[in-house]
Amino acid sequence: MSDVDTLTPVLTKDWGTDRSWTLPVYESRGGYASLKKALTMAQDDIIAAVKDSGLRGRGGAGFPTGMKWSFIPQDNPKPKYLVVNADESEPGTCKDTPLMMASPHVLVEGVIISSFAIRANTAFIYIRGEILHVIRRVQAAVAEAYAAGHLGTNIHGSGYDLDIVVHAGAGAYICGEETALLEGLEGRRGQPRLRPPFPAVAGLYASPTVINNVESIASVPSIIEHGAEWFASMGTEKSKGYGIFSLSGHVTRPGQYEAPLGITLRELIGLSGGMREGHQLKFWTPGGSSTPLLTDEHLDLPLDFEGMAGAGTMLGTRAIQLFDETTCVVRAVLRWTEFYKHESCGKCTPCREGTWWLVQTLAAIERGEGSEADLDLLLDQCENILGRSFCALGDGATSPISSSIQYFRDEYVAHLTHGGCPLDPAASTVWGSSLTRSGA
Amino acid sequence: MTTTPEKAGTQGAVETVSVTIDGVQVDVPKDTLVIRAAEQIGVQIPRFCDHPLLAPAGACRQCLVEVPDAGNGRGFPKPQASCTLPVADGMVVNTQATSESADKAQQGVMEFLLINHPLDCPVCDKGGECPLQNQAMSNGRGESRFVGSGSGGVKRTFPKPINLSPQVLLDRERCIVCQRCTRFAEEIPGDPFIALVERGAQQQIGIAENAPFLSYFAGNTIQICPVGALTSESYRFRSRPFDLVSTPAVAEHDACGSAIRVDHRRGKVMRRLAGNDPEVNEEWITDKDRFAFTYATEPDRLTYPQVRDAGGALRPASWPEAFSVAARGLADARAAGGVGVLTGGRLTGEDAYAYSKFARVALGTNDIDFRARPHSAEEADFLAAHVVATGPDGPAGGSVTYGDLESAATVVLVGFEPEDEAGAIFLRLRKAALHSGTRVLSIAPFTTRGLSKMHGTLIPTAPGDEPGAISSLLGHAEHGVDATSVILVGERLATVPGAFSAVADLVAKSGARVAWVPRRAGDRGALETGCLPTLLPGGRPVADAQARVDAATAWGVDSLPEKAGRDGDAIVAALGAGELAGLVIGGVDPADTADPAATTAAIERARFVVALDVRASDVTRAADVVFPVAPVVDKAGTYVNWEGRPRPFEAVLGAPSSLPDLRVLAGIAEELGATLGFRTVAEVWSQMEDIGPWDGARATMTPVSAPTKDPLGDPAEGLLLSTWKQLLDQGTMQAGDKHLAATARPAVAKVGRTVYDALGPTVTLTGERGSVTLPAEPVDDMVDGVVWVPSNSSGLGLLTDLAPPGARLTISGGDA
Repeated sequence: MSDVDTLTPVLTKDWGTDRSWTLPVYESRGGYASLKKALTMAQDDIIAAVKDSGLRGRGGAGFPTGMKWSFIPQDNPKPKYLVVNADESEPGTCKDTPLMMASPHVLVEGVIISSFAIRANTAFIYIRGEILHVIRRVQAAVAEAYAAGHLGTNIHGSGYDLDIVVHAGAGAYICGEETALLEGLEGRRGQPRLRPPFPAVAGLYASPTVINNVESIASVPSIIEHGAEWFASMGTEKSKGYGIFSLSGHVTRPGQYEAPLGITLRELIGLSGGMREGHQLKFWTPGGSSTPLLTDEHLDLPLDFEGMAGAGTMLGTRAIQLFDETTCVVRAVLRWTEFYKHESCGKCTPCREGTWWLVQTLAAIERGEGSEADLDLLLDQCENILGRSFCALGDGATSPISSSIQYFRDEYVAHLTHGGCPLDPAASTVWGSSLTRSGA
Repeated sequence: MTTTPEKAGTQGAVETVSVTIDGVQVDVPKDTLVIRAAEQIGVQIPRFCDHPLLAPAGACRQCLVEVPDAGNGRGFPKPQASCTLPVADGMVVNTQATSESADKAQQGVMEFLLINHPLDCPVCDKGGECPLQNQAMSNGRGESRFVGSGSGGVKRTFPKPINLSPQVLLDRERCIVCQRCTRFAEEIPGDPFIALVERGAQQQIGIAENAPFLSYFAGNTIQICPVGALTSESYRFRSRPFDLVSTPAVAEHDACGSAIRVDHRRGKVMRRLAGNDPEVNEEWITDKDRFAFTYATEPDRLTYPQVRDAGGALRPASWPEAFSVAARGLADARAAGGVGVLTGGRLTGEDAYAYSKFARVALGTNDIDFRARPHSAEEADFLAAHVVATGPDGPAGGSVTYGDLESAATVVLVGFEPEDEAGAIFLRLRKAALHSGTRVLSIAPFTTRGLSKMHGTLIPTAPGDEPGAISSLLGHAEHGVDATSVILVGERLATVPGAFSAVADLVAKSGARVAWVPRRAGDRGALETGCLPTLLPGGRPVADAQARVDAATAWGVDSLPEKAGRDGDAIVAALGAGELAGLVIGGVDPADTADPAATTAAIERARFVVALDVRASDVTRAADVVFPVAPVVDKAGTYVNWEGRPRPFEAVLGAPSSLPDLRVLAGIAEELGATLGFRTVAEVWSQMEDIGPWDGARATMTPVSAPTKDPLGDPAEGLLLSTWKQLLDQGTMQAGDKHLAATARPAVAKVGRTVYDALGPTVTLTGERGSVTLPAEPVDDMVDGVVWVPSNSSGLGLLTDLAPPGARLTISGGDA
C-alpha cells in the first residue's frame, strides 16, 4: 500500500493550497456545496446521517456525535445552542489549531449544517485565548461567510437564521472541559458544573446545548457531501471514518497525518520518515498527555477507540507524542504533571491538592531524592485521585504517572540509585549532539 | 415500619423510594441526597462542602461512597459523591462503614485536604469544634505521608490574615475552598461580594478591590466554615470552644424571634451563634443578632439603685430604700393628677405584663404605651382589631408564619423594609422569591437593594400616599391582591393617616392575610400583655366592661380603670402640661419618640419619675429613682415574634443582683400596698397562662380616611422625608463593638437623579427641627419630590435633628 492509499485527506486536503483559508479558494474547491445540500434536507435526516456515519467525538471521549444531537429535547421552548470546543490545550494536541488556520471555512460550514440540524439559531466557537492568530482567522472566515450569505437571516432563502459568535477563552486548560467552557462562555469563573443536568438539557444559559470538538463539526460537511456510507466505509467496526493524527517529537517529519481510524503507529511512523536518525522509539502517548503512555510493544495496535482501550489507554485526541531512548521518562512525566498542577482549577480536593503533592514527589525522585517507597506512594496518590475528582482533569493527571511506572519502574529506581537522572537531558533535544556531555 | 404522622397533615403524600445503605433498607422521599438518606439510618458520611440549606456543590469530594447498584442493576465504576447523588429506587449504597473502597476514597481525600492545611489547631479558634479536625480523626490516617514523601513535603502558605470586611477575617492557608461561604453569600442573602480567585492550590476566597464583604449576614459564613479560615475580629483568639458554656436563647434585636446560641465563659458572653430553628430563622441570623451583645457590659451599665437626695443629686440607695422612695413618690403623683407609664422595645413579654398590671393595679391608670416611636390611635385600633391574640396556634387561628411567606403567591410590603428591619423575614422572602416563585411587592419610594435581592417589584409611593397605593392593589391588573396574598405591615405605617385603615379595608375585600411587623423584639409581647391605653392583657379591650371584669377577676381586684388611657404622645403632652404628675419609664430613648424635645421636656417637667434601665441615659439622669434592671442575657423570659409565636428562653448568665423589670415593679407595688402576685418570671408566666387570651368580642376598627390633599403638594415647598432605621446604626444596643459598627452602611441622603445632578454629592436638608448635611446618592427610580435618609445613622437621629417622617424639607447643595 502506498502512502497515498494509506492517507485519506479530507479535512487536510486543501491545506497546501494557496490562500486556502479564504472563502473564494474554499468555494472553488467545492466548499459550501454541502451546506446548500443540507438546507434542502429534513433536519432529522441530517441527524440520522451523522448517526449512521458512526462519527464519534473527535475531542477525545469518542461519544457518538449523532446520538449527542438527538438528545436535544426539541419540545423544549428554550433556544438551542451549538458550542464548538476549540479550546485545544491538551499537551501534544495540535490538530484543531492548524485546521482552523488552514481551513476555517470547513469548520464554519460544519457549524451551519450542525446548527441547522439541531435547530440552533446561535452557535459559539470557543477558541483558546492564547492562539490569537487563529481567533483572527476564524473571525475573518465568519465575516466572509456572513458577507456571502452563508450566515445571518434566511440563509440562501431557506428561512433558517444563524449567528456565529467567535469567543476567545482566557487561558485555562480546564475550559476545554465542556461544562467549564460553558461557565466561561457565560462570563463566569471557568470551573466544571455539576451534572446532571447535562448540557443537552440545560447547558449554555440553562438551554439545550450541543458541545462538539472542532474536528467533529468539520467532518460533518463531508458526511453530507459523500454520505454516511462513505464515511462509515473508512475506519474500523466501531471507530469509523478518518481522523487527524498529530505526530510530534522524535520523528523525522512531525506533522498532521489524516488517516482512517485503526491505522497503526508503525504505519504512521513510516509515513513520517521514521524515528529520528539513529534512535529508537522508547514511549509514546496515543492521544495527548492525559492518555496513559505506551511503548514500542504497542506499535502494531490499531489506533482506534477499542484498540487503545484494549491496551489500557485511550485514543484521546490522536496527539501522538513520540519519545526516543534519549528521553528520561521521569523528566517527561514531571513536566506533564507540573502542567496539570498549574492548570488544576482548584474546585475539587483530589486534583487541587493531589497535583501539588505529585509534583513534589516526582521532582524529588528526578533529583534522586526520596526512596523506592515513594513510587508506591505515587501510585497510591494516583489511585486516590483517579475517579475521585470532580472532572476528568484529575484522572488525566494520573495517567502519565501510573503508566510510566508500569512500563519504566526500573528507570525511576535508577534515579534513586544513581542520585539523579542517569540520562543526559541534552541528548533528547534537537541541538543535543552539540551539547551532550559526551559530545561537548 | 411506624411513621410519625405529619403535623395536621395538609400536604399530599410524599413519594418515597426505597434504598439500601450499608445493608439497611430505608424509605426516603424521592430526590433525597444519599448523604442525607444515610443519616436516616445513623450513618454520618464525612463532608465539608455539603450544607443542607445550600445547593449541592460536590467540591470537596470527602463524602465519596460506593454505589454497586444505582437502582437499575448497574453500579457506578467510581466512588460517587453522596452529597450530589439523589437516591433512586432500589439503589444500593455502601459507605465507609461497610465498604473498603469508600473508606479508602475518603481517607485519600482527607489526606489531600491536610497536605496544604497548616495543622495549627492549637492556635486556631476552630480547634475543638472543627469539622476538619473531627473528621480527620474519624476518617483520616493518624500520620501524614506528606512530610515523609520525596524530599519532605512543602506546604503552600499565605500571609496571615486578610480582612474580607472590617469584621470578617480570612486565614487563607487554613481554607479548604469548600465554597460554603461563597455559596452562602450568593444563594442566601444575595450578597456575592466574596468569590473564588486564582486556581489550583493557589485558589482562595477573595474580594474585589474596594468592595469588602459588607453583608448584613456575613457572620453566618464564619459559623458554617468547616475549618478555622473565617474568624471575626470580635471573637478571634478570645477563647477555646471547650471552655465555653452554650445556652440557647432568642435574639433581642428585632421582631423575628431568631433562635441563637450564646457561648459564655466565667460569666461573660464570648460570642453568639445562630441557632437552628427551621420554622423561624432556619440557621441564619443577622450580624446584629450575632455581634451586638457587648452593650450589656458597657461601663455605663447601672448596677445599683439610686434616689435623688435633698440636694437634688442622685445617690446610691439600697433596694428597700429605693422601693419605698419610689412608692412614696408615685403615690403622691397618683394623687396629684396621675402617673403615666412608658415602656420601650427591650421588654420581654413577662416584663411587659408586669408594667401592664402595675399601671392598672398599682397606679390605677390605663395611661400606658409601649410604642416609644411615632404612633397613632389608628394604629392602636388596627392592632386591637387585627393583630393582638393571633398566632400560629392562637385562638383566632393561624396567623401568617414564615412558612406562609414561602407558600404565598404574593407578599406585599408596606411601611416595611425587611433587610433593615427584620433580617430573618428578608432571607425567607428571598428564598420564597427564588425557589417558590413568590412575588414580592413593596409600597415604598424607591427600589432598595433588599427589594432587588428579593426580585421584588416597586409600587412607587411617596410618604403619605400609602393609603391610595394600598387601595389600588385590589383588583389591580398587574399585581392584584387576593386570598393567596400576604400583606406585611411595618410599624412605620403609623405615621401615615389612613394607611392602617386602607390595609384593613384591602384585607376585608380581598381575603388576603395580614401580619404586623414591628422593629423591636418586645413590641409584640407588649401588645399581647396590654401595654396600650386601650387594651388589657390577652387583647381584652378596655372599653369592654366584660373584658375588664374578666381581667379584674383574674387579678383579684374589684375593678380596673374604665377610662381609655392616654397614648404615648398624650402622656408626654399631659406631663408637659402638668396634667400628669408622675412617670414610670423603662427602656425608652426620647430620641426615638415622635417629638424628642417634648419627651425630654416632659421627663424634666414631671414631678416624679421612676426609671428602670440597663444603662445610664438622659432619662435615668433626670429620674428621681433609678432602678438597674437585667439585660436580656441575665434573665429568663419570652419574646413574641411578628408571627405571634412565643419564643421563650432561659437566663444565659446567672447574675443574682441583676433583676428583671417585673421584680422591680413587684417591689414598688408591694410598697404601694398593691401586690402584683408575682416576683419571678415563672410566676408571671403562670399568671399570663391563667388569664389567657380574650375569648370575647374583638375590638373593631374605626376607619380613618386618608387626607384628600395630594401629599406631594407643591414641589416648590421642598422634598418629603422618607426614613427608616438601617439594620446597623447608632442604636444603643449595638454599643461596644467597633468592628460591627464599621460594617454599617454609611449615612447618605438618597435623592432622585435630577436632584443629584442639580445639587451635587453633598446636600443639606433643613426641616422644622434643624438641618443635616450628608453625602448624597442618586437613586434612579426615586419618586419625584422624595428624599430618603436613615433615621439613626447620624447626629442625634433625624427626629431630633431634622423633622418627623413625611415632613417637608428644603434641600440645598453642599454645606449650607
